[in-house]
Amino acid sequence: MTESKRNLLNKVWDAHTVRELPSGQSQLFIGTHLIHEVTSPQAFAMLRERGLKVRFPDRTFATVDHIIPTDDTERPLKDPLAEAMFVEIEKNTKEGGITFFDQGSGHQGVVHVMGPEMGITQPGMTVACGDSHTSTHGAFGAVAFGIGTSQVRDVLATQCITMKRLKVRKICVKGTPQNGVNAKDIVLHIIRTLGVNGGTGYAYEYAGPTISDMDMEERMTLCNMTIEGGARVGYVNPDEKTFEYLRGRPYAPQGEAFERAKEWWKSISSDEKAEYDDIVHFDASIIAPTVTWGINPSHAIGVDENIPSSESVSEDERGSVVEALEYMKLSPNAPIAGTPVDVVFIGSCTNGRISDLRAAAEIAKLGKVADGVKALVVPGSQDVERQALAEGLPEIFRNAGFEYRQPGCSMCLAMNPDQLVGDQVCASTSNRNFKGRQGSPTGRTLLMSPVMAAAAALTGKVTDVREMLK
Amino acid sequence: MSSTSVEKITGRGCPVPGNDIDTDRIIPARFMKVVTFDGLGEHLFEDAREQANGKHAVDDKRFEGANILIAERNFGCGSSREHAPQALLRFGFKAFIAQSFAEIFAGNCCALGLPAVCVSEADGKALADAVELNPESEITVDLVAEEVRCGETVYPASIPAGVRKQLVEGTWDATAVLLEAGGDIETKASSIPYVQGF
Repeated sequence: MTESKRNLLNKVWDAHTVRELPSGQSQLFIGTHLIHEVTSPQAFAMLRERGLKVRFPDRTFATVDHIIPTDDTERPLKDPLAEAMFVEIEKNTKEGGITFFDQGSGHQGVVHVMGPEMGITQPGMTVACGDSHTSTHGAFGAVAFGIGTSQVRDVLATQCITMKRLKVRKICVKGTPQNGVNAKDIVLHIIRTLGVNGGTGYAYEYAGPTISDMDMEERMTLCNMTIEGGARVGYVNPDEKTFEYLRGRPYAPQGEAFERAKEWWKSISSDEKAEYDDIVHFDASIIAPTVTWGINPSHAIGVDENIPSSESVSEDERGSVVEALEYMKLSPNAPIAGTPVDVVFIGSCTNGRISDLRAAAEIAKLGKVADGVKALVVPGSQDVERQALAEGLPEIFRNAGFEYRQPGCSMCLAMNPDQLVGDQVCASTSNRNFKGRQGSPTGRTLLMSPVMAAAAALTGKVTDVREMLK
Repeated sequence: MSSTSVEKITGRGCPVPGNDIDTDRIIPARFMKVVTFDGLGEHLFEDAREQANGKHAVDDKRFEGANILIAERNFGCGSSREHAPQALLRFGFKAFIAQSFAEIFAGNCCALGLPAVCVSEADGKALADAVELNPESEITVDLVAEEVRCGETVYPASIPAGVRKQLVEGTWDATAVLLEAGGDIETKASSIPYVQGF
């Protein structure tokens, strides 16, 4: 027998292929389907129109995150549109026999925070959710797709999607990150280098010693941002850290089943000599804390660099840079450090987990939120909220002048009342700096890590957190 | 429910300039607080149109009634919201031409039976220029011939082979196709260790 040279994506793909379709796509079985209130109501309506039922109700899990207010969650919600969406998902999950993690369950949260912490997301699974940041779940060695609403309908009706097999690009990262540099900086650096559409058609396999050293929550941050580089799937091969994270979680296998699961999880990892369609290398030791200055996540620079000018970039990028500078009202060639911020947002499916809050709290201990800055901390889920409370983090944040809120997507996409006003500048730990993303059509977003955002809260401007950590 | 065959779309073009036009720009998130897709068309490009003071391409009288959107590179990047192609469809667009599309956006278009075809950068620019010069030009997105025609000019166009097949053969309604697998779905499920609880 020849030595197997298969990567995780191909192993998982083969294990879930119901059949190959005439279109050249695969009919893939979806192990875990996650739904939320924004992209599912139309899918249930289409299901009803066709007289179809939810085929595998115990393989879909729901929560409410996008529209939920973070200050006043009492029902009915004050926003009638938000309340209508809440009512709709309550009705649909009840009718469909689907588990719904609402606030009463104690496990409500951003869908990509909730799934992993409940142990629902596991290695070797296929995961789908009507949300592009579903790539997050790849941190466990799952193959996780963001899908549209028609595909949510497909999964509800058949537990399958049609999908063309992806190519795999291995992203090898070595080197010890500097103090103050973490997964967020590394992934922004990767996107900056490979571009916002560099990943089209690929799944990204993150590998190498730097990735092995990351804890599960850092790996989730990394995989979460994969879609911002144009790759809809990103994953890390499962290892002992993955298994230990899962052990004992509510939906993880228990007892002897856990040991059997581990053997299978190991078997679906990429083979040592696995083949890839492309391989790229990064050195994490040279990456500075990274901040975006523009209107897409590839508009990222080290905090010690200057904002580009139309002359400093290639002709290909010039139009995008000119448009970004105009929207952001930033001066070309000026240092990004020192850029004043009005709002700070710490939270989201990218950086709203307990380790993110812990890291930000360490910085918050060093001072007070600067005058005139509104700083929000939004835990990613009720589980994160409970853990943070047990560790005294809310008090640290409040003492420093941060507002400490209840779980939800909040100001990442501002479908709830947490929104920028006018052309406010927000230092944000979320994932997108698109025009108008944070609720104001002229609002400006600077993406960064939790420690960098906390540092900006204290100084009122973009600050190199390495200086504070000395 | 079977879907209809989409072989070609003919009509007039509307060039929307700019690379990396994301789905938040196509339909800002605040308009997604809805439980149906009805009415999304009126909020298409809302903030970009507001900021353009009525000078956004979709508000340009010359392109009124256009049903083919001509974009540049990486159109539809960002979120997986099907609200984006739904808003474009409800505004009146039935086909998209660009140098490239973001993957999830392109998949959502296919799921709605809307062709999203790619042309080269030079051809994309030439096509947009031709439409700017003569907005009445008749454009055809032809999936069978894999080309875009504008007046006498023919531009080669590409679309993933599988998607082309689905549109041309009228099998883009994925639910119908997936259901054809019948009990094979349950059979596959029973072979997956975690589905069986290890």
